[in-house]
Amino acid sequence: MALMELRDVCTYYGNIQALRGISLSVEEGEIVTLIGANGAGKTTTLMSICGIAQIRSGQVLLDGEDISRKSPHSIVAMGLSQVPEGRRIFPQLTVLENLDMGAFLRRDKATVRVDLEEVFDLFPRLAERRNQQGGTLSGGEQQMLAISRALMARPRILLLDEPSLGLAPLIVQNIFDILKRINEERRTTVFLVEQNANMALKIADKGYVLQNGSIKMADSAERLLANEEVRKAYLGL
Amino acid sequence: MDFFLKLFLSGTAKGSIYALIALGYTMVYGIVQLINFAHGEVYMIGGFTALIVGGLLFSSGMAVPLVLALSIASAVVFSAAFGFTIEKLAYKPLRNKPRLSALISAIGISMILQNFVLLAQTEKYLSFPSYLPELEFLRPVREYLNSTQFIILVTTATIMVALTLTIKFTRMGKAMRATAQDKHMAQLVGVDINGVISLTFIIGSALAAVGGVLICSYMGQINYYIGFVAGIKAFVAAVLGGIGSIPGAVLGSFILGWTESLGTGYLSSDYEDAYAFVILILILILKPDGILGKNQKQKV
Repeated sequence: MALMELRDVCTYYGNIQALRGISLSVEEGEIVTLIGANGAGKTTTLMSICGIAQIRSGQVLLDGEDISRKSPHSIVAMGLSQVPEGRRIFPQLTVLENLDMGAFLRRDKATVRVDLEEVFDLFPRLAERRNQQGGTLSGGEQQMLAISRALMARPRILLLDEPSLGLAPLIVQNIFDILKRINEERRTTVFLVEQNANMALKIADKGYVLQNGSIKMADSAERLLANEEVRKAYLGL
Repeated sequence: MDFFLKLFLSGTAKGSIYALIALGYTMVYGIVQLINFAHGEVYMIGGFTALIVGGLLFSSGMAVPLVLALSIASAVVFSAAFGFTIEKLAYKPLRNKPRLSALISAIGISMILQNFVLLAQTEKYLSFPSYLPELEFLRPVREYLNSTQFIILVTTATIMVALTLTIKFTRMGKAMRATAQDKHMAQLVGVDINGVISLTFIIGSALAAVGGVLICSYMGQINYYIGFVAGIKAFVAAVLGGIGSIPGAVLGSFILGWTESLGTGYLSSDYEDAYAFVILILILILKPDGILGKNQKQKV
């Protein structure tokens, strides 16, 4: 059984249909990417999964259980954690407080501390700036903090919305390397939404191409990278 | 100098009461960006609850300190329940609607509560017995600071320290700050924001109730209309300090208390209520975000 599965999900904003029956599945331990142009419905897909956008029909399954009517905070409690578009660091909380917020639902204080050290190992820059306000960090540091904050929840599946947005190529490379490492070392399942199709497909096992609110293609990341249509439309080759 | 000191201390006591109410305005605004105009009414209801419960207990022959404690406690519980219910009935259904709707709803609730108390009680001023004890050690300085003022100051200071520590260090406090900064993101890390919003209304209302009991003991009287005036003034204090900012609300309240007190003493007591609005107008012209307010950058 897939860890996460979307079955024919339709989401509307008012009368405008943003998602036209999306179906996809993510197996435990995989990195799955959803690529598509601006306005294709990538962020809406994530918002529909985490319960902030109400879906009108279809199902979102986590471990076979339908979570589409659950509140956002109880979905987080089931092991789904998100790095949203634009990072959304709490600007007036310190780095440490932001990370604490990531572990908001956890009661196991001792293991939270262990995870905090792990996160600081992963991103030493954050350790240096632990008492600095989140809003004063640079874009790259904020992205690291957003990923760390999500990891502090010990998610079973990590959802990321365009982590490469607005960052220098070198930092993007660094962040994708770390995503790969998180996936390999911690066996965390990753669902990555990206416009930077090239980078995303390189680390992913499987990819979906989203266009105008529906899935146009689904294949292994390798084959999508080689696909002529994908290369033309999304890789600029 | 003597006269100044007297005015300054009575202004400080007054400012403390404003602060207790202003905190409710500013915390609610910080979390849901709503000016809760019914907040003054919650404060008035706190005063009436203490009057009624205190009267019943006193006539049953209970000891005065116990009467005091129980009447404050019941005022706090009753007002907090009011705050909680008002949010659920009048604001929550309008949360994703234009902000003006909730504001109008708040004004409506304020009118309903005023008139409810007017009908249920009376339109006359009722005398409010002071259950606050006379403190012996203040006898030498009584001219400057009487027992009631002293108790007001100590109570307010204790509450503020406790509130600051709660918001800074506890799990719920962090959740409140996170919710105030970014509601969506708070949900995405697992905060139940409905719970946080309810809690904010409960805390704000409880503080207002304490303020209500203290000021009624200080003034020795109560009437259905006191919430309106005090509410407007505390609102001015919150705007003065920078709405949404907790230290700002406290600072604004003291400035307002001092201005009123000094203005009454040196200029004229006829304009006591007008000083607040003169300050409000000046602040809106000179520093629209308030003294400690954040400069809100509009995102495009």
